Amino acid sequence: MSTRSLSKGCFVFKPSPKKRKVSRTTAYYFREGSSDLEDSELRFATCQSLQKQVKSETEQIEEELNEQLFDNLVSFLRRSHSAFQEKKTEWTCRTKSREIPTAALVLGVNVTDHDFTFRSLSEVLQNNVTPYIALLEAKDCPGIKNLMQKLLGQLMNCCIDVDSSEEEDYEHVSRSRVRCSMTTLINWYESATKRTDSETPGKKRTSSRHWQSPPVVVIFKDMESFTTKVLQDFVVISSQHIGEFPLVLIFGIATSPMIIHSLLPHSVSSLLCIELFQSLSCKDHLSTIIDKILLTTQFPLKLSEKVLQVLINIFLYHDFSVQNFIKGFQLCIVEHFHSNPLSVLCCQLEEAKRRVNSLSHNQCENVRRLPSFRRYVESQVSEKQIALLTVDSSLKEAVQKLLEDLNVYHENYFPILRCLHVFTSSLPKYPLGKQIRELHCACLENRVWETEEYESSLQLARMLNKSDLVTMLQKCVEILVSSPGREFDEIVEKLKEFLTQFQKLEEAYQERDESISPQKELQKKTNLYHLQKTLLELKESRRSKKLTKFEMLRFEVVDYIDSLVRHYLVPADHKTLHEIVYFNTASVLREHLNAAPRIALHTALNNPYSYLKAFSTVVTAAEGPTADAASSDQVDDVIHARFIRAVSELELLGFIKPSKQKTDHVARLTWGGC
Amino acid sequence: MPILEHPAYPPATLLCLESLVPCRESQVSMLLSIFGERQQLSFPSIFIYGHTSSGKTYVMKTLLNTLQQLPHVFVNCVECFTSRLLLEEILIQLQNHSSETRRASPVPCDTFNDFVRLFKQALVLDRAEQLREMEANILPAFLRLQELTDRNVTVILLSEIVWEMFRPNTGCFEPFILYFPDYSIGHLQKILSQNHPPEYSADFYSAYINILLGVFYMVCRDLKELQHLAALNFSKYCEPVVRKEAKERDTRKLWKNIEPHLKKAMQTVYLREISSSQWERLQCEEGELGQIKGLSAHAHVELPYYSKFLLIAAYLASYNPVRTDKRFFLKHHGKIKKTNFMKKHEKTSNHLLGPKPFPLDRLLAILYSIVDNRVAPTANIFSQITSLVTLQLLSVVGNNDQLDGPRYKCTVSLDFIRAIARTVNFDIIKYLYDFL
Repeated sequence: MSTRSLSKGCFVFKPSPKKRKVSRTTAYYFREGSSDLEDSELRFATCQSLQKQVKSETEQIEEELNEQLFDNLVSFLRRSHSAFQEKKTEWTCRTKSREIPTAALVLGVNVTDHDFTFRSLSEVLQNNVTPYIALLEAKDCPGIKNLMQKLLGQLMNCCIDVDSSEEEDYEHVSRSRVRCSMTTLINWYESATKRTDSETPGKKRTSSRHWQSPPVVVIFKDMESFTTKVLQDFVVISSQHIGEFPLVLIFGIATSPMIIHSLLPHSVSSLLCIELFQSLSCKDHLSTIIDKILLTTQFPLKLSEKVLQVLINIFLYHDFSVQNFIKGFQLCIVEHFHSNPLSVLCCQLEEAKRRVNSLSHNQCENVRRLPSFRRYVESQVSEKQIALLTVDSSLKEAVQKLLEDLNVYHENYFPILRCLHVFTSSLPKYPLGKQIRELHCACLENRVWETEEYESSLQLARMLNKSDLVTMLQKCVEILVSSPGREFDEIVEKLKEFLTQFQKLEEAYQERDESISPQKELQKKTNLYHLQKTLLELKESRRSKKLTKFEMLRFEVVDYIDSLVRHYLVPADHKTLHEIVYFNTASVLREHLNAAPRIALHTALNNPYSYLKAFSTVVTAAEGPTADAASSDQVDDVIHARFIRAVSELELLGFIKPSKQKTDHVARLTWGGC
Repeated sequence: MPILEHPAYPPATLLCLESLVPCRESQVSMLLSIFGERQQLSFPSIFIYGHTSSGKTYVMKTLLNTLQQLPHVFVNCVECFTSRLLLEEILIQLQNHSSETRRASPVPCDTFNDFVRLFKQALVLDRAEQLREMEANILPAFLRLQELTDRNVTVILLSEIVWEMFRPNTGCFEPFILYFPDYSIGHLQKILSQNHPPEYSADFYSAYINILLGVFYMVCRDLKELQHLAALNFSKYCEPVVRKEAKERDTRKLWKNIEPHLKKAMQTVYLREISSSQWERLQCEEGELGQIKGLSAHAHVELPYYSKFLLIAAYLASYNPVRTDKRFFLKHHGKIKKTNFMKKHEKTSNHLLGPKPFPLDRLLAILYSIVDNRVAPTANIFSQITSLVTLQLLSVVGNNDQLDGPRYKCTVSLDFIRAIARTVNFDIIKYLYDFL
């Protein structure tokens, strides 16, 4: 499959039937790239199962997040539907003009996520409300004619689906034969609803989920991209017929609902009955995903601080897309299992222990090469060191134990992190960040208790008032009780003890008599000299003042939290064997997800020799797999000649031009497409 | 004393017609005399125009329906967006008209030629503006339909714009032009009061309409809209009467009750800030309006960090003259003479003239200088520009030239960009030439 063309263009390659038969491609490529073939089959299988797990988990989370929104939408549909079936004899109904019920669905600017939302929305509607749903996209509808065609096509297709006849047949019925007008649509709707009403009881099962005379829902996926004219015409046409069939519009809006007013003039928007629905903000969405996917022990693979930072930065700085974030995470999974031979141990603990036993000698050597393991070995006594470095079986034993330790570390890490977050998230100015993800990153990066931010947070925590402190402690108890960690009983006991102490303090306060405070004395004095004196005394006494019981207790609590942090929130890269479960090659990820086409082009074009090399690589790759010649440094003369000719032709056509700087040959290639 | 008189129709029908079309008697009588009697050949084409909801469609419909003898086809040109659809629609309606027995499948009809061949009677084209955008022969041919088909047919075009905007430059048969003037406030009062709810007396309703018009007449003369608003708010007006706090004649008390409510309606329902059904629900629940925010309350748009800066850069590029970039974005721009820098005619005019197009490279150059840390021109940045275009915050200008980079315009307002700039602590006013 080669293309020989100087100009920029699109080339259609029909997939050859031969290629389709190769079904093991993914597994094959997975193995091919890795340097040694250690357990690649197993790694691939583990990777796949993990991927599947992540996918189903994220989908479930997203479903839960969207539930509220979809419920609101369905109840809106129900309301407008009952309005449609209302008696038309009543005076107000007769006099009021009939408006098209319209839901303005504000989804945020992360356009890439919308597809998923709309898919699940139409699924929900299809299951509970109506089979008649049409999803319209602006790029399919440059004119009202195309829009009607698309609309009729989708609606009539779905009614055929109900009949369970083959879709293929439908494709043969040329759509142009169908008159694409509203009248056709209404006739179709009447016949379709009549048919479902008179269906045999056997088929009733499917239609009973839907409402009586189900509404026709038309979803405009990207409201902003539709042209004004198309939308206006559609609204005007359908408003003529709103009395004849129940139509509901859903506008998918990315920016703000103001766009409706800027797209539709008042005469048209007055035909609509618009209600606003807002989806969860994508930042909250991300927080939930991170909370439920990354801050649990559920998945064996973890992300290192740098990697997580790359993913979060792409999200916050570039696209706001939760789907992309999840895809990035999935890429991390693939990359980790692909590049790290020891990732075979990155699975649930029991399974991992079993796998340790069957490690080959090569893999054992891999373990010995891990920096964290070397550090561990160095800390052992010398006999143990020798055993670990030479005897595979003793190494395996040690690895099993270390993996267990790592597991325990994670089990403790996350609940304590959440407890710390309870404290830091309520401090003024949030020195350690408002979101738990920021705290997590800080803890992963280095010893959090050595940072200045941590110091200032502790200082602020020492100034918390009692009611806040009590509620925080209660929250911490809740978190620790509900987490599966084994060592928390003691901590919970301790925290509860603090709570009872606070309780006692309160009682003690109420009993204590109020003594005359020095401030009150102050008010009596009018003499300047006396005033000065008492003020000085006050100052003295304050300096040497003993701490109240409450303050003592507060210090104690904060110190205790501090000790917990120091004990449990050790950065992961201080842990032995962290390389097995932590993916930390952020540079690879950055390369994949945040490519820099301009820089690549520039360096390529600045240097004619690399330009030539690239050219020859492309040409030889295209001409066939006899790649022996390409490996040699010498460029084939014919290719060299072709290159020179092609460059001068490009120059003639104006695609590139010499920069006249030094000897190089900078090009002004068409960067426009970027 | 009936106004409408015509020898061809029984006076009872005419009287009935008269009651149905209040305030349009003179136009109707004019039309009737043009139509003439059945055997007389009527005028080939009539062009009726008037402002939105001045009763064109309504009058024509009632006229043709009440006078049974006039066979007619009524077609909305917006609905039939291609000529083929339009012609077929007419034919189908005609078929249904002439013979209920022969229910043939719809005749395919692609060209006007076929249409003339198949055409067998009055024809009304509503929203005739749309005809201008169809093939060039449609409009003139419709105007001469009588001649082409050799039958007693009248084509009536209804439109909101004047005939002069229609006239094709090749010339055509001039139709008879009839103007429907706007309803005056008296007319509106009369028409709206006619349709009173059965539970209440006509006087009571008429008083209500009077108050309603007092509030809304300044902003809205659309009969349909007024009718809609009247229906929406009537229950509130009746409230004191229902609760027996006031009598039907207590106009002043009722006015005090309804007036602030109507004013609120003008700011919300009328502008479609909140929907009519929400408004009705609010009325029922006696809730405060604050519960439901209008559409414009949600003007805030959340954007990714770099998208915000891209948009700011685009705004600066669109509203600042190119030569001032050096002054704004270079740290050591050297001395620039104030008098030279400030050209009088350029001052304050940029925002009045609207956004100017700028090339991609200028946008990126400004972006690099306004963002504090280094930004690499990654694929993500470029895709963000594209997504800003799909969000209609930027628009591409004349992208037919592949060699030159694409050019963009920033389409957001000053308020919007100031709100965006505030979220990233960027003082955009300091960087705008117009505000120096």
